[in-house]
Amino acid sequence: MSAPVLEIKGLKTQFQTRQGLVKAVDGADLALGHRETLGVVGESGCGKSVTALSILRLLPQPAGRIAGGRIIFNDRDLVRVSRAEIRRIRGNEISMIFQEPMTSLNPVYTVGFQIQEVIRKHRQMNKGEARTEAARMLGLVGIPEPRARLNDYPHQMSGGMRQRVMIAMALSCHPQIMIADEPTTALDVTIQAQILDLIGRLKEEIGMSVFLITHDLGVVAEICRHVAVMYAGKVVESAEVRELFAHPAHPYTVGLFESLPKIGGRGGALRPIPGVVPGLFNLPPGCAFQERCFKAEPRCRQEPPLRAAGADHMVRCWLPGE
Amino acid sequence: MPRLEIVSNLGRNRSATVGLLIIAVVLLVALIGPRLAPYDPLVPAPLDRLKGPGPVHYFGTDSLGRDIFSRVLYGTRISLVIGLISVAISLAPGTLLGLLSGYFGGWVDSLIMRGMDMLLAFPAILLAIFITAILGPSLPNTMIAVGIVYIPHYARIVRSSVLSLKEQLFVQAIAHLGGTHARILGAHILPNALPPIIVYATLGMGTAVLQAAALGFLGLGAQPPQPEWGAMLSEGRQYIQLAPHVAAFPGAAILLLVLGFNLFGDGLRDVLDPSLRSR
Amino acid sequence: MPLSYISRRLFHLLLILLGVSVLVFLMLRMIPGDPAQLLLGEYARPEELARLRTQLGLDRSYPIQYGIYLQSILRGDFGTSVRTGAPVVDEIGVRLLATIELSLAAMFIATLLGIVAGVISAVKQYSVFDYGSMFLALIGVSMPIFWLGLMLIYLLAVKFPILPMMGRISMGLEAPAVTGLVVVDTLIAGQLGACGDALRHLLLPACTLATIPMAIVARITRSSMLEVLNQDYVRTARAKGLGEAVVILRHALRNAFLPVVTVLGLNLGLLLGGAVLTETIFSWPGLGRYVVDSLMGRDYAAVQGCILIFAVLMALINLIVDLLYVLLDPRIRVHA
Repeated sequence: MSAPVLEIKGLKTQFQTRQGLVKAVDGADLALGHRETLGVVGESGCGKSVTALSILRLLPQPAGRIAGGRIIFNDRDLVRVSRAEIRRIRGNEISMIFQEPMTSLNPVYTVGFQIQEVIRKHRQMNKGEARTEAARMLGLVGIPEPRARLNDYPHQMSGGMRQRVMIAMALSCHPQIMIADEPTTALDVTIQAQILDLIGRLKEEIGMSVFLITHDLGVVAEICRHVAVMYAGKVVESAEVRELFAHPAHPYTVGLFESLPKIGGRGGALRPIPGVVPGLFNLPPGCAFQERCFKAEPRCRQEPPLRAAGADHMVRCWLPGE
Repeated sequence: MPRLEIVSNLGRNRSATVGLLIIAVVLLVALIGPRLAPYDPLVPAPLDRLKGPGPVHYFGTDSLGRDIFSRVLYGTRISLVIGLISVAISLAPGTLLGLLSGYFGGWVDSLIMRGMDMLLAFPAILLAIFITAILGPSLPNTMIAVGIVYIPHYARIVRSSVLSLKEQLFVQAIAHLGGTHARILGAHILPNALPPIIVYATLGMGTAVLQAAALGFLGLGAQPPQPEWGAMLSEGRQYIQLAPHVAAFPGAAILLLVLGFNLFGDGLRDVLDPSLRSR
Repeated sequence: MPLSYISRRLFHLLLILLGVSVLVFLMLRMIPGDPAQLLLGEYARPEELARLRTQLGLDRSYPIQYGIYLQSILRGDFGTSVRTGAPVVDEIGVRLLATIELSLAAMFIATLLGIVAGVISAVKQYSVFDYGSMFLALIGVSMPIFWLGLMLIYLLAVKFPILPMMGRISMGLEAPAVTGLVVVDTLIAGQLGACGDALRHLLLPACTLATIPMAIVARITRSSMLEVLNQDYVRTARAKGLGEAVVILRHALRNAFLPVVTVLGLNLGLLLGGAVLTETIFSWPGLGRYVVDSLMGRDYAAVQGCILIFAVLMALINLIVDLLYVLLDPRIRVHA
C-alpha cells in the first residue's frame, strides 16, 4: 500500500442509550492509501457506518462519542482537532455521501443553492463564480443541462439524480478523501452500476481516495483495491481485494462469501451464516463471532490475536497458520 | 393495545400521572369541598369586606365579606360540571356528524363540513358570547354555548379517523359480508376511532373550563352570587388595585384544573395515539 | 403559485362569508329584547316605537330585511349604530385598527419568543432550559388570559408602577391619525416620546394576548425541530462543514417552520378571541370590546358588522397562512 492518507488506530466509538452503553466500534484499525479505494464490508450493525461518521465527527449528539483511538489525517488527529478545524475539513478536504439520496438533500432549497453553499464556504468565490462552478460540477457528474438543473428542487429529481447531486456537492471542493456510506444501496441495480462507475472515474480525475462502506462484496470487487471486513465493532480481516477473495481466512469472511450467489457456480443452495449479529450489549468474552462460528473452540473465549495470513493480509482469529 | 398495557403505560407517563393526580384532588375537593369550607359561600359579611389572606380567611374575603377560600371550594364543583357537560354537548353531535360525514362522503360530507366551516369562521369565544347573548346569560346556557362552539372540532377529528378506517380491510370485509351501515359504524368504526376522541375530549375539558370562565368573567355566564371562578374573577377585577387576592385565587384555581386536564390529555395522547403528538 | 388556486380559495371564502352573514342575521333576530324598546326606554309611546321600527326596517319580513342588509353591505354601508348614531363602518374602522395594532404586537412577541424558546429547547433537549420552558409553555396554555392580564396589571402597574394600566396612549400625547396604529402615527409625527409612551401602553396587553400563542408556538417549534434535527439533510449540512448556527437556522428551522405555520394558522382564532378578553381588561378601544358592548346594548347593526369583520379577518388570515405554506414548501409550490 502507498503511504496512507488516512489512518484509523484503535478507534472506539460508543453510544449512551437508555439500555446502556453500546460499543459500536471497539478498537478498529484501518488505513486508506493515497488515491486508493478502501472497501469496508460487514453486516448492518457491525460498526462500519459509525466508523465513517467518526472520521468527520458526525455522530448523533449527544448520544455518540469517540471514547478512544486516533484518526490521523495529514499529521492531524481528527479525534482531537478543534471544532472549527474539523468544520474546515468537512466538505473540503474530506467529504461524505450517504445511503439515502432521497432524504439527504434539503427539500426546501434548490440543488444549485446546496452545492453553492459548500463551495462558498470553503473556496473564495463570489455568488456568480460559485454558481458557474456548481453547474460545472453537475455536468461533471453527468447531469444533462446542468445550468437549468441548478434551479430544481430535490423532489423534482430521481434517486439516481439526487445521488449524483450529492456526489457533485461532495467533490466540489476537490477533497482528498470522499467517504461513501452505502452510496448505491437505495438505488436500482442499473443505476447502482452507473453511480459506481462515476465514483471510480471521478476518483481518478480528481485524484482522491475513497473510503467506501458497503455490505455488498460485489461492489467491493468492482472498485476497491483494499478491503476490510468488520464484525461487531472490530476489523476482523483486511487484505488486498484479490488476496481476500482468493484466500479468505476468517471464518466470518468465508461465511460472507458462501452466503453469496455465484454466477455459473454449481454450489447448490446458498449457505447463510447461522444466527444473527450479536447484540452489542452483551458480547461474549473473546471473539464476538464464536457463537455463529462453525470452527469455534474453547480458546475463542479469549481475545484472538491479530496475525498475518499472507502478504499484507491480516486476520483477527486463532485459527489460521496452524 | 390491550387495556392493561394502556394503564401501565399511563402509569409510567409522568405527564399523565401528575395530571391525573391534580384531577383526582380537584374531584375530591368537588365531592367533599362543601364540608371543608369554613364559611357559607353566599352569605355576605359586611364587616369583613376585602380582608387580605390570613389565618382566619385563608384566601381573604371579597367585596361583600364572603370567604374566598370557601367560595373557591364550592366553585370546584361548578367548574368540573361545566367541563363535563360542555364536552358532552360537543362530543355527542360532533361524533355523530363526523361519523356520517366520513362514512357516507359525497353530498352528506359536503353539507356537514360546510356547516362546520361556518361555525369555525368565528373566533370561538366570540361565537360563545353570541350564543349566550341569544340564550340569555346563565350557567346552563354557558355550557350549551361552549358545547356548540366545539362541535366542529370533534366532527373533524372523527371524520378524519373514519376516512382512514373506512379504507381498512376489515371494515371493507364486513361491508362485503353484508353488515348494515349502522352496525359497521357503531360496532366497528366507532370503537376504533375512539383513541383520538378520548384524547381530544380530555384536552377539551380544559378548554371548556377556560371558555366558560371567560364568559363568566364577561358577565355572560354564571350570575351572582354563584361562586363560579370566572364570575369571581370578574368581581375581583374592580378591586385589583386594592385587593388583588380577590382575583388571584379563583384564577389560580382555574389554572390548576386546566393544567390537570392538559397534562393528563398530553399523557393520554402519548400513550394512545402517538401520531397525534406535537399538535 | 397558480392563480386558479387563489381564485378557488377566494370563491370558497366568499361562500363562507355569505353563510356567515345569514347565520349572524338569523341569530341576532333570535336575541330576546326589542331594540326599539331598548333605545327609547321603558316608557316609550307605542307610536314612537312603531316609527322607530319602521325606520330600522324591523317591521319587514326576515328575507326582505336580509336582502336590504346584504345590499347595503355590498355598498359598504353597515348601517348606523343605534347607540351613537354614527355609521357602523366608521366606528368599526377606528376600532379595527386598534385591534390590529394589538394583535400584530402580540403575534410578533409570540412568534419571536416562541420560536426562540422552541429552537433552544430542541437543540438542548432534556436540559434545564428545555424542561423549564416547556413547563412554562404548559402553564401558558392552561392559564385564563384575563387572569394573567389582571395579575400583570397588579404587579407592573399597581405594585411596581412601571407600566400604564390601560388605554393606548397618555392624554395629550395623541398624534394625528395617519395609519390608525398609534405607535406608527407617533413615529410619523416625529414624536419619539409619544411613540415610547404608546409602546409602553401596548406592552402589557400585547404580552397578555401573546401568552397562549407563544406557548403553542414554543411547543410546536420544539417538537418539529426535534424531528427535523434527526433528518439526513441536517447531517449532510454538517458534513459540508457549515457552522452549527447555519445548520440549525438555515437547514433545520426552515423545514421546521411548516408545522409551526399550520398550527399558528389554526390558532389565530384564539388570538382574535383573546383580543376580546384582553381589550376588556386593558380598556383597549378595539373591536373585541366594541362587539361585547354592542351586544349588551342590542346594537344589531354594530354587532353584525363586527362579526362579519371578524369572520373576514379569520378567513383572510387563513388564506395568508395557506399561501405562506405554499411559499415555504417547494413541494407544494410546484404541485399545487
